[in-house]
Amino acid sequence: MSVIIPDSVEAAIAALAAHPGATVLAGGSDLMVEVNDGRRTLADVVSIGRIPELAGVRLDDDELVIGGATTFARLERDPVAAYAPALAYAARTVGSPQIRNAATLGGNLATASPAGDSLPVLLALGASVVVAGAAGERRVPAAEFFIGPKRSVVQPGELVVAVHVPVRRGPQDYLKAGVRNAMVIAVASIAIAVDLDARTVGIGLGSVGPVPLGAPDACEWIAGRARWRADGLDVDERDVVDFGDRVARAARPIDDHRSTADYRRHAVTVMARRALRRCVG
Amino acid sequence: MSETYALHVNGKDHPVTDAWLGESLLYVLRERLGFPGAKAGCEQGECGSCSVLVDGTLVCACLVLAAASVGVEITTVEGLQPDARGAVSEVQRAFVETGAVQCGFCTPGLIVAVHALLERDPEPDDLAIREAISGNLCRCTGYGRILEAVGVAAAKRREAAR
Repeated sequence: MSVIIPDSVEAAIAALAAHPGATVLAGGSDLMVEVNDGRRTLADVVSIGRIPELAGVRLDDDELVIGGATTFARLERDPVAAYAPALAYAARTVGSPQIRNAATLGGNLATASPAGDSLPVLLALGASVVVAGAAGERRVPAAEFFIGPKRSVVQPGELVVAVHVPVRRGPQDYLKAGVRNAMVIAVASIAIAVDLDARTVGIGLGSVGPVPLGAPDACEWIAGRARWRADGLDVDERDVVDFGDRVARAARPIDDHRSTADYRRHAVTVMARRALRRCVG
Repeated sequence: MSETYALHVNGKDHPVTDAWLGESLLYVLRERLGFPGAKAGCEQGECGSCSVLVDGTLVCACLVLAAASVGVEITTVEGLQPDARGAVSEVQRAFVETGAVQCGFCTPGLIVAVHALLERDPEPDDLAIREAISGNLCRCTGYGRILEAVGVAAAKRREAAR
Protein backbone atom coordinates (compact mmCIF):
# COMPACT_ATOMS: atom_id res chain seq x y z
CA MET A 1 0.00 0.00 0.00
CA SER A 2 1.12 3.52 -0.73
CA VAL A 3 -0.27 7.00 -0.05
CA ILE A 4 0.51 9.50 -2.77
CA ILE A 5 0.03 13.26 -2.24
CA PRO A 6 0.28 14.88 -5.68
CA ASP A 7 0.49 18.67 -6.04
CA SER A 8 -1.15 18.98 -9.47
CA VAL A 9 -4.06 17.41 -11.36
CA GLU A 10 -1.58 16.11 -13.92
CA ALA A 11 0.43 14.35 -11.20
CA ALA A 12 -2.77 12.96 -9.64
CA ILE A 13 -3.91 11.47 -12.93
CA ALA A 14 -0.43 10.03 -13.52
CA ALA A 15 -0.50 8.49 -10.02
CA LEU A 16 -3.92 6.94 -10.67
CA ALA A 17 -2.67 5.53 -13.98
CA ALA A 18 0.44 4.10 -12.32
CA HIS A 19 -1.58 2.47 -9.51
CA PRO A 20 -4.62 0.72 -10.95
CA GLY A 21 -7.21 0.17 -8.26
CA ALA A 22 -6.05 3.20 -6.28
CA THR A 23 -8.63 5.02 -4.16
CA VAL A 24 -9.07 8.77 -4.54
CA LEU A 25 -9.12 10.52 -1.15
CA ALA A 26 -10.61 14.02 -1.05
CA GLY A 27 -12.02 15.25 2.30
CA GLY A 28 -12.22 11.75 3.77
CA SER A 29 -15.63 12.22 5.39
CA ASP A 30 -17.19 9.36 3.42
CA LEU A 31 -14.13 7.20 2.77
CA MET A 32 -12.66 7.15 6.28
CA VAL A 33 -15.98 6.15 7.84
CA GLU A 34 -15.85 2.96 5.76
CA VAL A 35 -12.13 2.43 6.43
CA ASN A 36 -12.55 2.88 10.22
CA ASP A 37 -15.44 0.45 10.15
CA GLY A 38 -13.47 -2.16 8.23
CA ARG A 39 -15.97 -2.07 5.38
CA ARG A 40 -13.44 -0.75 2.93
CA THR A 41 -10.05 -2.19 2.10
CA LEU A 42 -7.46 0.16 0.69
CA ALA A 43 -4.87 -0.63 -1.90
CA ASP A 44 -3.11 2.59 -2.87
CA VAL A 45 -4.48 6.03 -2.00
CA VAL A 46 -4.14 9.20 -4.06
CA SER A 47 -4.88 12.17 -1.78
CA ILE A 48 -6.11 15.16 -3.79
CA GLY A 49 -6.81 17.54 -0.91
CA ARG A 50 -3.69 19.63 -1.39
CA ILE A 51 -3.82 20.39 -5.12
CA PRO A 52 -4.10 24.19 -5.40
CA GLU A 53 -5.92 24.16 -8.78
CA LEU A 54 -8.64 21.87 -7.33
CA ALA A 55 -9.57 24.17 -4.45
CA GLY A 56 -11.40 27.44 -4.81
CA VAL A 57 -14.19 29.21 -6.63
CA ARG A 58 -14.00 31.75 -9.41
CA LEU A 59 -16.62 33.72 -11.28
CA ASP A 60 -16.10 33.24 -14.99
CA ASP A 61 -18.54 35.32 -17.09
CA ASP A 62 -21.95 33.82 -16.37
CA GLU A 63 -20.88 30.80 -14.34
CA LEU A 64 -19.11 29.83 -11.15
CA VAL A 65 -16.24 27.42 -11.66
CA ILE A 66 -15.76 25.42 -8.48
CA GLY A 67 -12.68 23.24 -8.00
CA GLY A 68 -13.42 19.59 -7.25
CA ALA A 69 -11.68 19.64 -3.86
CA THR A 70 -13.41 22.82 -2.65
CA THR A 71 -14.82 22.29 0.84
CA PHE A 72 -18.43 22.87 1.86
CA ALA A 73 -17.18 25.48 4.35
CA ARG A 74 -15.96 27.47 1.35
CA LEU A 75 -19.27 26.98 -0.50
CA GLU A 76 -21.19 28.54 2.40
CA ARG A 77 -19.48 31.88 1.72
CA ASP A 78 -19.14 34.32 -1.17
CA PRO A 79 -18.93 34.14 -4.10
CA VAL A 80 -21.15 31.03 -3.96
CA ALA A 81 -23.53 32.64 -1.43
CA ALA A 82 -23.95 35.62 -3.77
CA TYR A 83 -24.17 33.85 -7.13
CA ALA A 84 -25.61 30.40 -6.34
CA PRO A 85 -27.37 30.87 -2.99
CA ALA A 86 -29.11 27.48 -3.08
CA LEU A 87 -25.72 25.80 -3.18
CA ALA A 88 -24.58 27.83 -0.16
CA TYR A 89 -27.78 26.90 1.73
CA ALA A 90 -27.27 23.22 0.89
CA ALA A 91 -23.61 23.40 1.93
CA ARG A 92 -24.68 24.80 5.29
CA THR A 93 -26.86 21.74 5.98
CA VAL A 94 -23.99 19.29 5.49
CA GLY A 95 -22.80 17.52 8.67
CA SER A 96 -21.09 19.69 11.29
CA PRO A 97 -18.51 22.50 11.05
CA GLN A 98 -15.78 19.86 11.29
CA ILE A 99 -17.29 17.89 8.39
CA ARG A 100 -17.83 21.01 6.26
CA ASN A 101 -14.18 21.96 6.80
CA ALA A 102 -13.12 18.66 5.25
CA ALA A 103 -15.84 17.38 2.89
CA THR A 104 -15.65 18.50 -0.74
CA LEU A 105 -18.05 19.14 -3.60
CA GLY A 106 -16.18 16.70 -5.83
CA GLY A 107 -16.35 14.08 -3.09
CA ASN A 108 -20.12 14.56 -2.78
CA LEU A 109 -20.40 13.97 -6.54
CA ALA A 110 -18.03 11.01 -6.69
CA THR A 111 -19.69 9.31 -3.70
CA ALA A 112 -22.96 9.78 -5.60
CA SER A 113 -25.23 9.04 -2.66
CA PRO A 114 -28.86 9.86 -3.58
CA ALA A 115 -28.85 11.88 -0.31
CA GLY A 116 -25.83 14.05 -1.20
CA ASP A 117 -26.86 17.59 -0.26
CA SER A 118 -25.22 19.45 -3.13
CA LEU A 119 -26.63 17.21 -5.83
CA PRO A 120 -30.26 18.46 -6.07
CA VAL A 121 -28.90 22.01 -6.35
CA LEU A 122 -26.58 21.10 -9.20
CA LEU A 123 -29.57 19.55 -11.02
CA ALA A 124 -31.86 22.52 -10.38
CA LEU A 125 -29.22 24.96 -11.65
CA GLY A 126 -28.26 22.87 -14.68
CA ALA A 127 -24.64 22.56 -13.58
CA SER A 128 -22.06 20.40 -15.34
CA VAL A 129 -19.20 18.35 -13.98
CA VAL A 130 -15.69 18.21 -15.44
CA VAL A 131 -14.13 14.77 -15.11
CA ALA A 132 -10.47 14.22 -16.00
CA GLY A 133 -8.39 11.11 -16.60
CA ALA A 134 -5.48 9.86 -18.65
CA ALA A 135 -7.59 10.17 -21.82
CA GLY A 136 -8.33 13.85 -21.17
CA GLU A 137 -11.23 15.90 -19.85
CA ARG A 138 -14.95 15.59 -20.43
CA ARG A 139 -17.82 17.76 -19.28
CA VAL A 140 -20.94 15.90 -18.11
CA PRO A 141 -24.30 17.56 -17.34
CA ALA A 142 -25.24 16.96 -13.68
CA ALA A 143 -28.46 15.27 -14.89
CA GLU A 144 -26.38 12.60 -16.68
CA PHE A 145 -23.68 12.21 -14.04
CA PHE A 146 -25.45 9.68 -11.78
CA ILE A 147 -26.19 6.16 -12.97
CA GLY A 148 -27.36 4.49 -9.75
CA PRO A 149 -27.12 4.60 -5.96
CA LYS A 150 -23.46 5.46 -5.21
CA ARG A 151 -22.60 5.07 -8.91
CA SER A 152 -21.58 7.80 -11.31
CA VAL A 153 -19.96 8.11 -14.72
CA VAL A 154 -16.55 8.60 -13.07
CA GLN A 155 -14.34 5.72 -14.17
CA PRO A 156 -11.32 4.22 -12.37
CA GLY A 157 -8.39 6.55 -13.00
CA GLU A 158 -10.62 9.61 -13.23
CA LEU A 159 -11.20 12.60 -10.94
CA VAL A 160 -13.89 15.25 -10.58
CA VAL A 161 -11.78 18.34 -11.27
CA ALA A 162 -14.41 21.08 -11.44
CA VAL A 163 -18.09 21.92 -11.38
CA HIS A 164 -19.51 24.66 -13.60
CA VAL A 165 -22.57 26.30 -12.04
CA PRO A 166 -24.55 28.76 -14.18
CA VAL A 167 -25.30 32.07 -12.47
CA ARG A 168 -29.07 32.60 -12.63
CA ARG A 169 -30.90 35.79 -11.74
CA GLY A 170 -33.82 34.94 -9.46
CA PRO A 171 -34.76 33.36 -6.15
CA GLN A 172 -33.32 29.98 -5.09
CA ASP A 173 -33.73 27.73 -2.10
CA TYR A 174 -32.82 24.35 -0.63
CA LEU A 175 -35.06 22.46 1.79
CA LYS A 176 -34.19 19.27 3.60
CA ALA A 177 -36.29 16.94 5.73
CA GLY A 178 -34.54 14.80 8.32
CA VAL A 179 -34.98 13.55 11.85
CA ARG A 180 -33.44 16.73 13.26
CA ASN A 181 -31.98 20.00 11.99
CA ALA A 182 -28.26 19.46 12.54
CA MET A 183 -25.91 16.78 11.29
CA VAL A 184 -28.51 14.77 9.48
CA ILE A 185 -28.71 12.76 6.28
CA ALA A 186 -31.68 13.88 4.19
CA VAL A 187 -34.84 11.78 4.25
CA ALA A 188 -35.93 13.94 1.34
CA SER A 189 -34.55 17.18 -0.04
CA ILE A 190 -35.41 19.67 -2.75
CA ALA A 191 -33.62 22.50 -4.52
CA ILE A 192 -35.42 25.18 -6.49
CA ALA A 193 -33.89 27.77 -8.80
CA VAL A 194 -35.94 30.38 -10.64
CA ASP A 195 -34.39 32.00 -13.71
CA LEU A 196 -36.08 35.38 -14.26
CA ASP A 197 -34.32 35.92 -17.60
CA ALA A 198 -35.08 32.55 -19.18
CA ARG A 199 -38.44 32.43 -17.31
CA THR A 200 -37.84 28.87 -16.16
CA VAL A 201 -38.04 27.01 -12.86
CA GLY A 202 -35.51 24.30 -12.01
CA ILE A 203 -36.06 21.56 -9.43
CA GLY A 204 -33.73 18.90 -8.03
CA LEU A 205 -34.85 16.15 -5.64
CA GLY A 206 -32.63 14.19 -3.23
CA SER A 207 -33.16 10.90 -1.35
CA VAL A 208 -36.32 10.05 -3.30
CA GLY A 209 -34.86 7.86 -6.02
CA PRO A 210 -31.80 5.79 -6.94
CA VAL A 211 -30.18 9.00 -8.18
CA PRO A 212 -30.91 12.71 -7.63
CA LEU A 213 -33.92 13.51 -9.81
CA GLY A 214 -35.27 16.49 -11.72
CA ALA A 215 -38.96 17.27 -12.19
CA PRO A 216 -39.03 18.61 -15.76
CA ASP A 217 -42.79 18.18 -16.39
CA ALA A 218 -43.75 20.06 -13.21
CA CYS A 219 -41.17 22.78 -13.95
CA GLU A 220 -42.38 23.32 -17.50
CA TRP A 221 -46.00 23.42 -16.31
CA ILE A 222 -45.40 26.00 -13.56
CA ALA A 223 -43.28 28.21 -15.87
CA GLY A 224 -46.30 28.35 -18.18
CA ARG A 225 -48.72 29.13 -15.33
CA ALA A 226 -46.61 31.84 -13.62
CA ARG A 227 -47.04 35.53 -14.36
CA TRP A 228 -43.51 36.73 -14.99
CA ARG A 229 -42.18 40.20 -14.31
CA ALA A 230 -38.65 41.56 -14.76
CA ASP A 231 -38.03 41.36 -11.00
CA GLY A 232 -40.13 38.43 -9.85
CA LEU A 233 -43.00 36.08 -10.54
CA ASP A 234 -46.54 35.58 -9.29
CA VAL A 235 -48.23 32.21 -8.98
CA ASP A 236 -51.82 31.51 -7.90
CA GLU A 237 -52.06 29.54 -4.65
CA ARG A 238 -54.02 26.71 -6.30
CA ASP A 239 -51.17 26.36 -8.82
CA VAL A 240 -48.68 26.22 -5.94
CA VAL A 241 -50.67 23.32 -4.48
CA ASP A 242 -50.87 21.58 -7.85
CA PHE A 243 -47.13 22.12 -8.36
CA GLY A 244 -46.41 20.16 -5.16
CA ASP A 245 -48.42 17.20 -6.46
CA ARG A 246 -46.72 17.36 -9.85
CA VAL A 247 -43.20 17.50 -8.36
CA ALA A 248 -44.03 14.53 -6.11
CA ARG A 249 -44.99 12.53 -9.22
CA ALA A 250 -41.35 12.84 -10.38
CA ALA A 251 -40.13 11.19 -7.16
CA ARG A 252 -39.38 7.45 -7.13
CA PRO A 253 -38.93 6.84 -3.40
CA ILE A 254 -38.46 3.55 -1.59
CA ASP A 255 -38.96 2.25 1.96
CA ASP A 256 -35.63 1.92 3.77
CA HIS A 257 -34.08 2.20 7.23
CA ARG A 258 -34.33 5.98 7.12
CA SER A 259 -37.96 6.50 6.04
CA THR A 260 -40.83 5.20 3.95
CA ALA A 261 -41.75 5.86 0.33
CA ASP A 262 -45.10 7.34 1.41
CA TYR A 263 -43.53 9.78 3.84
CA ARG A 264 -40.90 10.83 1.32
CA ARG A 265 -43.54 11.51 -1.34
CA HIS A 266 -45.52 13.53 1.21
CA ALA A 267 -42.39 15.46 2.25
CA VAL A 268 -41.59 16.30 -1.37
CA THR A 269 -45.15 17.56 -1.95
CA VAL A 270 -44.99 19.85 1.07
CA MET A 271 -41.45 21.05 0.44
CA ALA A 272 -42.10 21.76 -3.26
CA ARG A 273 -45.02 24.01 -2.34
CA ARG A 274 -43.03 25.71 0.41
CA ALA A 275 -40.02 26.21 -1.87
CA LEU A 276 -42.16 27.77 -4.60
CA ARG A 277 -43.98 30.05 -2.13
CA ARG A 278 -40.62 31.35 -0.92
CA CYS A 279 -39.69 32.22 -4.51
CA VAL A 280 -42.92 34.00 -5.40
CA GLY A 281 -43.27 37.74 -5.11
CA MET B 1 1.73 -2.73 4.00
CA SER B 2 3.66 -0.64 6.52
CA GLU B 3 6.02 2.25 6.26
CA THR B 4 7.61 5.08 8.18
CA TYR B 5 6.51 8.67 7.87
CA ALA B 6 6.60 11.76 10.07
CA LEU B 7 3.79 13.94 11.35
CA HIS B 8 4.21 17.49 12.64
CA VAL B 9 2.20 17.54 15.86
CA ASN B 10 2.13 20.43 18.34
CA GLY B 11 5.23 22.01 16.84
CA LYS B 12 7.43 18.92 16.64
CA ASP B 13 8.12 16.15 14.12
CA HIS B 14 7.02 12.72 15.31
CA PRO B 15 8.09 9.62 13.37
CA VAL B 16 5.40 7.00 12.83
CA THR B 17 7.03 3.63 12.29
CA ASP B 18 5.72 0.27 11.11
CA ALA B 19 2.21 1.60 10.80
CA TRP B 20 -0.55 0.47 8.44
CA LEU B 21 -1.04 3.35 6.03
CA GLY B 22 -4.84 3.14 6.33
CA GLU B 23 -4.86 4.31 9.95
CA SER B 24 -6.79 7.43 10.89
CA LEU B 25 -5.01 10.42 12.36
CA LEU B 26 -7.00 9.81 15.55
CA TYR B 27 -5.61 6.27 15.92
CA VAL B 28 -2.04 7.36 15.21
CA LEU B 29 -2.22 10.28 17.66
CA ARG B 30 -3.64 8.14 20.46
CA GLU B 31 -2.06 4.74 19.97
CA ARG B 32 1.29 5.51 18.32
CA LEU B 33 2.32 9.03 19.31
CA GLY B 34 1.05 9.29 22.88
CA PHE B 35 -1.48 12.09 22.42
CA PRO B 36 -4.62 10.67 24.06
CA GLY B 37 -6.38 14.06 24.31
CA ALA B 38 -8.49 13.55 21.18
CA LYS B 39 -11.08 10.94 22.13
CA ALA B 40 -12.33 8.02 20.04
CA GLY B 41 -16.12 8.23 20.19
CA CYS B 42 -18.11 7.45 17.08
CA GLU B 43 -15.22 7.24 14.59
CA GLN B 44 -17.54 8.51 11.87
CA GLY B 45 -17.44 12.27 12.33
CA GLU B 46 -20.68 12.58 14.28
CA CYS B 47 -19.52 13.32 17.83
CA GLY B 48 -16.62 15.77 17.52
CA SER B 49 -14.73 14.22 20.45
CA CYS B 50 -11.64 13.78 18.27
CA SER B 51 -11.55 17.40 17.06
CA VAL B 52 -8.06 18.67 16.20
CA LEU B 53 -6.68 21.52 14.11
CA VAL B 54 -5.04 20.77 10.77
CA ASP B 55 -3.25 23.90 9.53
CA GLY B 56 -5.53 25.79 11.92
CA THR B 57 -8.75 24.29 10.54
CA LEU B 58 -11.05 22.34 12.86
CA VAL B 59 -11.58 18.76 11.67
CA CYS B 60 -12.41 15.33 13.08
CA ALA B 61 -9.15 13.39 13.40
CA CYS B 62 -11.06 10.14 12.84
CA LEU B 63 -11.83 11.22 9.25
CA VAL B 64 -8.26 12.20 8.40
CA LEU B 65 -5.92 9.63 6.87
CA ALA B 66 -2.76 9.98 8.98
CA ALA B 67 -0.36 9.08 6.17
CA ALA B 68 -1.90 11.82 4.01
CA SER B 69 -1.14 14.40 6.73
CA VAL B 70 2.61 14.54 6.17
CA GLY B 71 3.75 18.15 5.91
CA VAL B 72 0.79 19.81 7.61
CA GLU B 73 0.60 21.37 11.07
CA ILE B 74 -1.47 19.27 13.47
CA THR B 75 -2.55 20.77 16.80
CA THR B 76 -4.19 18.66 19.47
CA VAL B 77 -5.68 19.76 22.79
CA GLU B 78 -2.26 19.00 24.35
CA GLY B 79 -0.67 21.65 22.13
CA LEU B 80 -2.98 24.59 22.64
CA GLN B 81 -0.65 26.14 25.23
CA PRO B 82 2.75 25.36 23.73
CA ASP B 83 4.67 27.93 25.79
CA ALA B 84 3.59 26.86 29.23
CA ARG B 85 3.82 23.15 29.86
CA GLY B 86 1.18 22.05 32.32
CA ALA B 87 -0.60 25.39 32.19
CA VAL B 88 -4.21 25.62 31.08
CA SER B 89 -5.66 28.05 28.57
CA GLU B 90 -8.40 30.59 29.32
CA VAL B 91 -10.81 28.25 27.58
CA GLN B 92 -9.83 25.27 29.72
CA ARG B 93 -9.95 27.34 32.90
CA ALA B 94 -13.40 28.71 32.00
CA PHE B 95 -14.71 25.16 31.43
CA VAL B 96 -13.48 24.11 34.89
CA GLU B 97 -14.70 27.21 36.68
CA THR B 98 -18.20 27.21 35.20
CA GLY B 99 -18.77 23.49 35.74
CA ALA B 100 -18.88 22.77 32.01
CA VAL B 101 -17.05 19.46 32.56
CA GLN B 102 -18.97 16.45 33.81
CA CYS B 103 -17.78 13.06 32.54
CA GLY B 104 -15.16 14.88 30.49
CA PHE B 105 -15.20 12.72 27.39
CA CYS B 106 -16.38 15.48 25.03
CA THR B 107 -14.31 18.17 26.76
CA PRO B 108 -11.03 18.02 24.77
CA GLY B 109 -12.92 18.20 21.46
CA LEU B 110 -14.99 21.11 22.71
CA ILE B 111 -11.89 22.93 23.97
CA VAL B 112 -10.27 22.64 20.53
CA ALA B 113 -13.49 23.75 18.79
CA VAL B 114 -13.82 26.76 21.08
CA HIS B 115 -10.18 27.73 20.54
CA ALA B 116 -10.80 27.59 16.78
CA LEU B 117 -13.88 29.79 17.21
CA LEU B 118 -12.17 32.42 19.36
CA GLU B 119 -9.16 32.59 17.06
CA ARG B 120 -11.36 33.64 14.15
CA ASP B 121 -14.10 35.47 16.08
CA PRO B 122 -13.00 36.96 19.44
CA GLU B 123 -16.51 38.28 20.17
CA PRO B 124 -18.93 35.56 19.12
CA ASP B 125 -22.62 36.08 19.79
CA ASP B 126 -24.78 33.27 21.15
CA LEU B 127 -25.74 31.99 17.69
CA ALA B 128 -22.09 31.95 16.56
CA ILE B 129 -21.15 29.97 19.69
CA ARG B 130 -23.96 27.46 19.17
CA GLU B 131 -22.98 27.03 15.51
CA ALA B 132 -19.31 26.63 16.36
CA ILE B 133 -19.91 23.79 18.83
CA SER B 134 -22.76 22.16 16.89
CA GLY B 135 -20.41 19.37 15.80
CA ASN B 136 -19.49 18.43 19.37
CA LEU B 137 -21.91 16.22 21.25
CA CYS B 138 -22.14 16.32 25.05
CA ARG B 139 -24.50 13.86 26.76
CA CYS B 140 -24.03 15.12 30.32
CA THR B 141 -24.31 18.87 30.65
CA GLY B 142 -27.23 19.90 28.48
CA TYR B 143 -24.79 22.51 27.05
CA GLY B 144 -25.90 25.38 29.31
CA ARG B 145 -22.65 25.57 31.24
CA ILE B 146 -20.60 24.97 28.10
CA LEU B 147 -22.20 28.00 26.45
CA GLU B 148 -21.53 29.98 29.62
CA ALA B 149 -17.89 28.81 29.63
CA VAL B 150 -17.37 30.02 26.06
CA GLY B 151 -18.67 33.46 27.02
CA VAL B 152 -16.37 33.59 30.04
CA ALA B 153 -13.37 32.42 28.00
CA ALA B 154 -14.05 34.97 25.27
CA ALA B 155 -14.19 37.80 27.84
CA LYS B 156 -10.97 36.60 29.54
CA ARG B 157 -9.14 36.40 26.22
CA ARG B 158 -10.24 39.89 25.26
CA GLU B 159 -9.09 41.16 28.65
CA ALA B 160 -5.70 39.47 28.22
CA ALA B 161 -5.29 40.89 24.72
CA ARG B 162 -5.97 44.44 25.91
